[in-house]
Amino acid sequence: MSSNGPTGKEGNGGTDGGGGGCGKSDCGCVSRRTVMKGVGATLGTAAFARAIAPLTEWAANISADEFLQRHYKELSLVDLNIVLRRLEKETKDDYGAEVTISDPKPQEGVKFGYALNLSVCNGCRKCAEACHIENNHDRPSHQSYIRVFEMQKGTMDMEQGNVNYDKPVPQPDKFYMPVQCQQCEHPPCVDVCPVEATWKEPDGIVVVDYNWCIGCRYCEAACPYHARRFNWTKPEIPKEEINPDQGYLSNRIRPQGTMEKCTFCLHRTRNGRLPACLEACPTGARVFGNLLDPKSEIRWVLEHKRVFILKEDLGLKPQFFYFFDS
Amino acid sequence: MSDLPPTSPVVPRPFSWRSFGRFLGNAALESLDGGKVFYVWMICLSAVFLVGANAWAVQVRDGMALTNMSDHVSWGLYIANFTFLVGLAAGGVMMVIPAYLYHDEEMHDIVIIGELLAIAAIIMSLMFVVCDLGRPDRFWHLLPPFGRLNFPVSMLSWDVIVLNGYLFINAYICAYLLYTRYLGLTPNPRWYVPFVFLSIIWAISIHTVTAFLYCGLGGRPFWNTALLAPRFLASAFVSGPAFIVLAIQVIRQAVGRHFGDGPIRTLVNIMRITILVNLLMVVSEVFTEFYTGGAHTSSGRYLYFGLHGHTELVPWIWCSVGLVIVAAGLLLSPSVFTNPWVLNTACVLAFIGIWIEKGMGLIIPGFVPSTLHEIVEYRPSAIEWKVTAGIWALGLILYTLFIKIAAGIFLNRTKLQALPDIQPAPAPAETPSISATS
Repeated sequence: MSSNGPTGKEGNGGTDGGGGGCGKSDCGCVSRRTVMKGVGATLGTAAFARAIAPLTEWAANISADEFLQRHYKELSLVDLNIVLRRLEKETKDDYGAEVTISDPKPQEGVKFGYALNLSVCNGCRKCAEACHIENNHDRPSHQSYIRVFEMQKGTMDMEQGNVNYDKPVPQPDKFYMPVQCQQCEHPPCVDVCPVEATWKEPDGIVVVDYNWCIGCRYCEAACPYHARRFNWTKPEIPKEEINPDQGYLSNRIRPQGTMEKCTFCLHRTRNGRLPACLEACPTGARVFGNLLDPKSEIRWVLEHKRVFILKEDLGLKPQFFYFFDS
Repeated sequence: MSDLPPTSPVVPRPFSWRSFGRFLGNAALESLDGGKVFYVWMICLSAVFLVGANAWAVQVRDGMALTNMSDHVSWGLYIANFTFLVGLAAGGVMMVIPAYLYHDEEMHDIVIIGELLAIAAIIMSLMFVVCDLGRPDRFWHLLPPFGRLNFPVSMLSWDVIVLNGYLFINAYICAYLLYTRYLGLTPNPRWYVPFVFLSIIWAISIHTVTAFLYCGLGGRPFWNTALLAPRFLASAFVSGPAFIVLAIQVIRQAVGRHFGDGPIRTLVNIMRITILVNLLMVVSEVFTEFYTGGAHTSSGRYLYFGLHGHTELVPWIWCSVGLVIVAAGLLLSPSVFTNPWVLNTACVLAFIGIWIEKGMGLIIPGFVPSTLHEIVEYRPSAIEWKVTAGIWALGLILYTLFIKIAAGIFLNRTKLQALPDIQPAPAPAETPSISATS
């Protein structure tokens, strides 16, 4: 590296070190070394500017309003409205689709729970497909918040399960187990987020502010249920396939480089509708409802069926339950 | 350096921000001066850096799909390097402890080599984190009061604090020592020794907190072990000293002076212990994994032997194990003190071995199999290798410049009068030199 033994000799003498150049000197003392350095610095700067040019192209797509947008919880109603309109406009500009982005709030006295009957689930993956469409997922990657496992009868060992099955369902020696976000009572994904971009809502749904997430993917590492997804690219969806009924915290089209996750379709469920995956299920395996309502179907299931919780030993208290008939 | 008698230094000047600015200017100018080897080295590194910068810019624009990471293996080469570099930064403390706690004078004279390494390594590790972010434009979300740092719940928020804190502590110590020396003053222990002791504790903390990032995750049994933080430290205290030993030898060549035999001996003695402790911990983990068996150990099985025909990491980890064992053998042999080739080989092997172990061998198996026991493998993409090389190149550029600045000042080559101060310097800039004792 620095063989500066001989260094000083050249540039030193009367001329003040290598690169400086003494302001008042007109003695032709600008050494060859100084000139070379100047040329090197100029070329280097130009090359660097060229190298990071893609950044400027990218930055041109980020408006100042988007860059400066505050955290969801710090937005006043007026601010939020401005943001929603801006996002609608961006969707129009980027995807050509007219959409409505709303922000339904959690309801008092409601805590959502989900139960899934493994005795009747036949592994048709209609739920995963409905999720894909409802939540405006990236089309080329066939993204969905639900993964359906084909499990060997006689074991609950997921290592023996297979998510890429391609035979007609149901196979006689198999049973099927869809897995999605379990909306934990103690969600580790929320704890680990360094910027509070994800949190648990009063109705039990863990949400992400897609415009606050920095994309570090620590939550993805922390989740034991593989419930979180990252937008590795800008989602691609043909205009006519975009679901125009969107929620800020749920199914609006996510920006590139941010996390996303199942929200129990809060833009539907907070307005009294059922999750898309439930509506799509042909077997009636899915039961959704308010855990705080003693007369709800889900409470009946929890009280009368053989219920189990995935990875219960981790102590995260999911609000997603599996059960068997009879 | 220390063989020279302490002479009464150049006429002292008072501290002022203006003169500090001049000091920085002079130092920067001086550091860019060098011989042919220096320029070739710097131009090569700059070229690699530019390739990396371009790769990163493209990755930010087009999305991280250009990496080979996936929702299954969501951290890869970047976080692997980040983890290793935090260790390298912490490893510099193995010069500070002998110098300040055990009053090893010879070590004391050149301890700045380790402190500057800490600065360069932390900068690199922070860059790896930034390159791993999907949205680097939202970096400000971490910074209070405008951002919302999730402190103290998120271990990543702790890491942000301790890493930046360590950077600032070391930057302050180095700047203070070099600046006072540049002014011809003797550094006042009151103004830096407390920070040195703080930096010792802080060095332990950065690697501990970084280990806690991983071992606090209950859903990832491979990381969820109490041995992780101690293992991080043990391996850091191999890779750090190994790098420093190599750096000392290069610097000796570059400045044409022989120094540092004592410190090298001390560092080798440290490595002789830490490399064995590290191996012991590896054995302990491997035993626990394989003797117990069961689903919780499938990541370990994947790493060492492959799982259901998936063997991507097997060559990596056995390479690492082999390198570290050979390095341990070389370090323990008496010839390590007499034959520089043995020493250098041992340091290079140990450094690479730990880089694999703390990088690919630690981060990737945490994700394979996934939490739902799917097996998706990972092999870094070209973009990831380019960005990684670019950051390493920048780190080496910075470290080279830091060392040049320090050497220029310690050897009294940086010219006080280069940018004129209040008066023309009274200037015995050619006086035999200040001793490096501080």
